[in-house]
Amino acid sequence: MNSKNLRILVPLLSLLSALAVSSLIIALAGRDPLMIFQKMLHATLGTSYGFGQVIFRMTTLVLVGLAVAIPFQVRLFNIGAEGQLLMGAFAAAMTGAMLPATLPSLLAISLCTLSAMTAGACWALLAGVLKVRFGVNEVIATIMLNFIAQGITGYLLTWHFAIPSTVHTAKITDNSIIPTFDSATGWLTNSPANLSSLVTVGVALLLWILIFRSRFGYEMRAAGLQPEAARYGGINAKMHTLTSMGIGGAMAGLGAANIVLGYKHYYESGMTGGTGFTGIAVALLAGAHPLWLLLSAFFFGCLEYGGLTVNAWIPKDIFMIIEALTILLVISFSALGKRLQ
Amino acid sequence: MGIAVRLSGVSKTFGSFAANSNISLSIEEGTIHALVGENGAGKSTLTKIIYGMHQPTSGEVVIQGKAVRFASPRDAIEAGIGMVHQHFMLVPELSVAENIILGHEHTWLFGSLPLKYAKALILKNSEAYGLAVNPDALVASLSIGEQQRVEILKLLFRKASIMIFDEPTAVLTPSETERLFATLRSLRDKGKTVILITHKLDEVLAVADTVSVMRKGEIVGTVPASSVTKPELARMMVGRSVLLRVINPPASPGETILNINRLRFCTPQSEERLRGLTLHIRAGEIYGIAGVEGNGQNELLQTLWGLAPEGSVISGEATLKGQSIIGKKPAKIALMGVSHTPENRLRHAVILEYTIAENLLFGRHREAAFHKGIGFNSRTIQRFTAEMISDFDIRCTSPERQPLRALSGGNQQKVVLARELNRPGISLLILAQPARGVDIGAIETIHKKIIDARNNGMAILLVSSELEEIIALSTRIGCLYKGSIRHEFSQEEVALKREAEHEFEKEIGLHIT
Repeated sequence: MNSKNLRILVPLLSLLSALAVSSLIIALAGRDPLMIFQKMLHATLGTSYGFGQVIFRMTTLVLVGLAVAIPFQVRLFNIGAEGQLLMGAFAAAMTGAMLPATLPSLLAISLCTLSAMTAGACWALLAGVLKVRFGVNEVIATIMLNFIAQGITGYLLTWHFAIPSTVHTAKITDNSIIPTFDSATGWLTNSPANLSSLVTVGVALLLWILIFRSRFGYEMRAAGLQPEAARYGGINAKMHTLTSMGIGGAMAGLGAANIVLGYKHYYESGMTGGTGFTGIAVALLAGAHPLWLLLSAFFFGCLEYGGLTVNAWIPKDIFMIIEALTILLVISFSALGKRLQ
Repeated sequence: MGIAVRLSGVSKTFGSFAANSNISLSIEEGTIHALVGENGAGKSTLTKIIYGMHQPTSGEVVIQGKAVRFASPRDAIEAGIGMVHQHFMLVPELSVAENIILGHEHTWLFGSLPLKYAKALILKNSEAYGLAVNPDALVASLSIGEQQRVEILKLLFRKASIMIFDEPTAVLTPSETERLFATLRSLRDKGKTVILITHKLDEVLAVADTVSVMRKGEIVGTVPASSVTKPELARMMVGRSVLLRVINPPASPGETILNINRLRFCTPQSEERLRGLTLHIRAGEIYGIAGVEGNGQNELLQTLWGLAPEGSVISGEATLKGQSIIGKKPAKIALMGVSHTPENRLRHAVILEYTIAENLLFGRHREAAFHKGIGFNSRTIQRFTAEMISDFDIRCTSPERQPLRALSGGNQQKVVLARELNRPGISLLILAQPARGVDIGAIETIHKKIIDARNNGMAILLVSSELEEIIALSTRIGCLYKGSIRHEFSQEEVALKREAEHEFEKEIGLHIT
């Protein structure tokens, strides 16, 4: 079989097998899988509110997926999208709350977004610097940085910035809020889907051009595929380690802006809910390709929101199992696919 | 004497590609049977069938009179077949004896190892076959030649009677090669069957009893080694007459391009690898460095391409047209007009996953001529690629889509040379092992291009472990020994001595060991 067919077939097979395993688990939990899937399908794609929810979740997933995928082009495994997301979210909320209320909307949103991206990028760059300077494995570094990010945001929230008797910070100024599709155009009624989804598609496209069409991407992929040859070719592999981590972290920060500026309007404890880890699965399913990522994030978006809607029939815990198993199956199949190639 | 291995009508196909088609071959017991052919001719597929790593698509394999169908090398080992791979299968952290009994411990999981018995057997075998090696030494501490001896001892320990050697001399020095050949002969004299896979014709003629030549997956002939000559074998392999030695017209060198003066190189482990190396290369000449690997070649190349490991101490001079090279980065050195084809092509010169066109650009992607916007100018690149492919006779189907991995070693090397020889404005070309792992047919093209480059006034530094190549190409030859040039042959000497190649090889040999 040629490698092109494999590239399509492997993700498809992994999804189908995940579906089969999920059906089995749902049946074991005493429900009719067909009924559950039908309900999920209706709740996600059947209503404009549900579709908006999917779009909103997909947007964050595309961005955390990019956070994993871009460093992956240099063969770096960024497990730290969760921590970068947390830091970005906190930075966005703090900036949004502190800006003068009179600042024009475009400027306020840009400033908040920029601070979220900077926070995410810096957090990821820490792992990059440790790698380049001391040879610390980036997997370990990013995992540890996740814990540290959790600690920092948790501490700052609880001890300094939380509004008394709540677990969230003050609301951001009205001008820092990214308008939802509903408020801007009336589409996707009441859903949290906001204009950052459009920006996200543009960003994915830009990154695709950067990686596969630019000289920068040519060097970057070479440094990932064959680092020693890159050295001989006069390519600065360390620089690419740093920039790819930086871009990845910035993407996670952008994902945080979607949640904070577009939906929650403040930082709340536990608001990311492990989305950063789902980003790993999103990136793997898409083969770390910025455009396929859109599709794979859409799938995981459906799964995530669909799972919530069938809560009345299937306990949340069971759905957690299903989601994690899907991720595991995806990873296993992509490893298998690689071996077959 | 019986027939050790008989293949009748053996074919092996991978998808639509026939790696071996309808091969019939008898290998007599107690002989050295060489299997020669260019890369991709099907030698390794055939040996993998005999060794049980591949199963034939059709046909029959008979080992010592019994029809067999091996499911894995394990079965082949049971049947008395052993293989010395090109890349050794040894555990560096274990001792020689431990490596040899690995997988054949014949003991209970927690029982003690039969090391005493193994050591006795190892000593007996090493004496009988000239395989001196200390059974208690750690494999990591052994030289390449010694490691190969351990591999052979491993086969003897397993009582293999049919031994397959895959390109065994590729990693050996001339004297180690001689020694290996003596071992092969004594193995044969004791009744073992040796199957030797190689593409070096001199070796075949020196050691083999029978030669089978493969081309495009078929056996084109099996002849006694004593009845053929080198040009005849080459013609059988390639399918046309090949020029084995490139025509090397007299050079007329110009001004000095590279000047190396009392160069010293200390590794971060403070081992002194270059000790006052002095040489100069003029425009329009090829300076060949002859020497056994590990005498400072790597360090010299690292210095000249700005890749010395961090912590190395370099002193002395290395200047290109008066400008110092030492301490500069590869991209900067390339800009000064230096081009480099590294010894380890796969690891250092190409990106296997990239297409042929992308590889023709690798390292030259900073040249403005190829640029357009933030990306590349596909039309310029297309034109450049087509030009290089026809100029260097690179055999491929679609350069814009085919990954480099799909090409044979020879064609990969042509891609590297095409790229490096055509860098705009270069004055110095550094070639390390330009013909390593390359077919005879391709060597012919490559050597011609190197001479052409010299005639166009380029200064060329040639580092090669093949004396034949050094003698055929060089204008002057420097013999590198323990980090300095121990002897230099002048242009007149080289031109004169080239006529009596074997004598010359021996003379150089004296200066490098």
